[in-house]
Amino acid sequence: MADVALRKVVKRYDDVEAVRGIDLDIADHEFIVLVGPSGCGKSTTLRMIAGLEDISDGDIMIGGDVVNDVPPKDRDIAMVFQNYALYPHMTVAENMSFGLRLKHYPKAEIKARVTEAARLLDITDLIDRKPKQLSGGQRQRVAMGRAIVRNPKVFLFDEPLSNLDAKLRVQMRIEIKKVHQKVRTTTVYVTHDQVEAMTLADRVVVMNKGRIEQIGTPNELYHKPATRFVAGFIGSPAMNFIPCRLEDVGGALQIRLTDRIAFALPPARAARYNALPRTDKLLLGIRPEHLTESHAHLAPGVETFDTVLDVTEPMGMETLVYFGLDGTPVCGRVDPNAGAKDGAPMRLAMDLNNMHLLNEETGVVL
Amino acid sequence: MSTLTIDKAGPSRKVKYGSMSRDRAWALRWSYFFLVLFAIFFLTPPIYMLITSLKSSAEISAATNPWWVFHPTLSNYAELLTSNQFLRFFWNSSIVSIVVVFITMLISIPAAFALARMKFWGSATLATGVFLTYLIPDSLLFIPLFKMLGVVQDYTGITLLNRWYVLLFIYPTLTVPFCTWIMIGYFASIPKELDEAALIDGASWLQTLTRIFIPVALPGLIAATIFAFTVSWAQFLYPLVFTTSIDQLVLPVGITTTLIKGDVFNWGQIMTGALLGAAPPLIIYAFLMDYYIAGLTAGATKG
Repeated sequence: MADVALRKVVKRYDDVEAVRGIDLDIADHEFIVLVGPSGCGKSTTLRMIAGLEDISDGDIMIGGDVVNDVPPKDRDIAMVFQNYALYPHMTVAENMSFGLRLKHYPKAEIKARVTEAARLLDITDLIDRKPKQLSGGQRQRVAMGRAIVRNPKVFLFDEPLSNLDAKLRVQMRIEIKKVHQKVRTTTVYVTHDQVEAMTLADRVVVMNKGRIEQIGTPNELYHKPATRFVAGFIGSPAMNFIPCRLEDVGGALQIRLTDRIAFALPPARAARYNALPRTDKLLLGIRPEHLTESHAHLAPGVETFDTVLDVTEPMGMETLVYFGLDGTPVCGRVDPNAGAKDGAPMRLAMDLNNMHLLNEETGVVL
Repeated sequence: MSTLTIDKAGPSRKVKYGSMSRDRAWALRWSYFFLVLFAIFFLTPPIYMLITSLKSSAEISAATNPWWVFHPTLSNYAELLTSNQFLRFFWNSSIVSIVVVFITMLISIPAAFALARMKFWGSATLATGVFLTYLIPDSLLFIPLFKMLGVVQDYTGITLLNRWYVLLFIYPTLTVPFCTWIMIGYFASIPKELDEAALIDGASWLQTLTRIFIPVALPGLIAATIFAFTVSWAQFLYPLVFTTSIDQLVLPVGITTTLIKGDVFNWGQIMTGALLGAAPPLIIYAFLMDYYIAGLTAGATKG
């Protein structure tokens, strides 16, 4: 077990910079998830930690030692791949023990470790089968078993659930979390699925275009995103971004969304945004769950407006409603019994206590 | 009511029920036709050889139906199999082919692994280059090769020309490029993550090759082995050029040089010798056919 640190790590392919100077400190026992769209450099970063890619610049440290030029086998890490990468000619037990056998561990210890890992992952019955005879979920368990028996300093997961169907993915997600709770090995996990990132991580690292956009706990990222990218990437359906501007009306600060719709800001928000120049280039960031149906007893800071719904999507526990504000598509979440219908007018309530204000040009949350 | 409407609509529409299976039936008929045609075309020579090998010289030269054996005899087989000369050819061919297969594998497997996996500067060009060397015909190569070996012989004092073991250096020029090429394809079809996993598990490149790649690519290796053996066994031009003494000859050259005396063709024994010579590759194919086909096709598609 060990901590991992990245210092100004850069990866260049010819003249393309895939990773542009990343700083990251991962504590011992921590479960870190790197998340971002494809091509954001998250897999490259993981592969550099594994030693499968050379780093072009910077330092990577595992357990305090710089491992830049240390080959993968001497880094004491274990990796789980998206396509499992099980050795097809070996049984489950042989797959799991391959690394230990290469290091000439005593037979009794190998057997003990494999048995223990198989028990932990509930694959004891499959131990003599070949990978071909296993389902996707079982193969993924074996791949995890192969990592666990090595008892490495760090676990690396490269999109391990992407090849599984939706139901199995949820199940295996819980399995991975359980395993981490038991073995407590420092883990770096790469995924493009923000739900996986939120549910698994102690801290999430959101990456975009080779840079880290924000590092934080799932709740921090959700409630206090630093940039428009993070705000839009985390959460489903995504946060709405509505062009707006600030206005002073009779000494109070209000936010104008369209010619028709403008709201007075709640005092806390007004104080926060008062110093901003009254430029036009602002975006109101509001999550769909803060756009609900209007009702009689509204809390302070919740403002209502009338609109005509374009489309409604009943999800069962809620109904998603889509409408336009001056051409900007907006999504809200209303109670399934609120009577939302396609093409029908509806009065909605916006909770401005949970609003975000962004600079449209820089994308920074103000 | 509903059945009535269906009945009404029925005759107006032309539905060809079973048109798929009718297409298939015709395709099969044509396939059989051509397969039988090819089978006749390719099997006639060996059958003719078999018939001739069972005849005495007198019967071969007699003006009877050449496609029928009137007085079958095994004298040709008996004579060849008791002739030290023929057994010597057989032995030379066997030892040359087996050693060449061994040398070929020893060179091709690591070469293919390096070219397929250890990305280094020029590896792609080198891989193409390996294949291009296979395209140069042996009829162009034998003169320069002869010259080269002559120089080596003069320089080192080791007798190479007119010795069966010189073929151990010559044949790999035919087998190594092709075997390397098909194994590059086979190794390339193994997912990259497999060697990365082995690398992380602590395997060296050599261990990755011996413990992961060779077992996984076994069908491809067997295909390459069969190919190398067949090429070595059937090679005619090189042994004809590089070996001349009777005791140094391999089977294909031995049969044609010793059983044709001047303009006298000992047809019965020539055919017998050719049939006996064709037996080892035939037996190997029969046992390893499934592997051979799997090996040739598996490299092409990513499974």
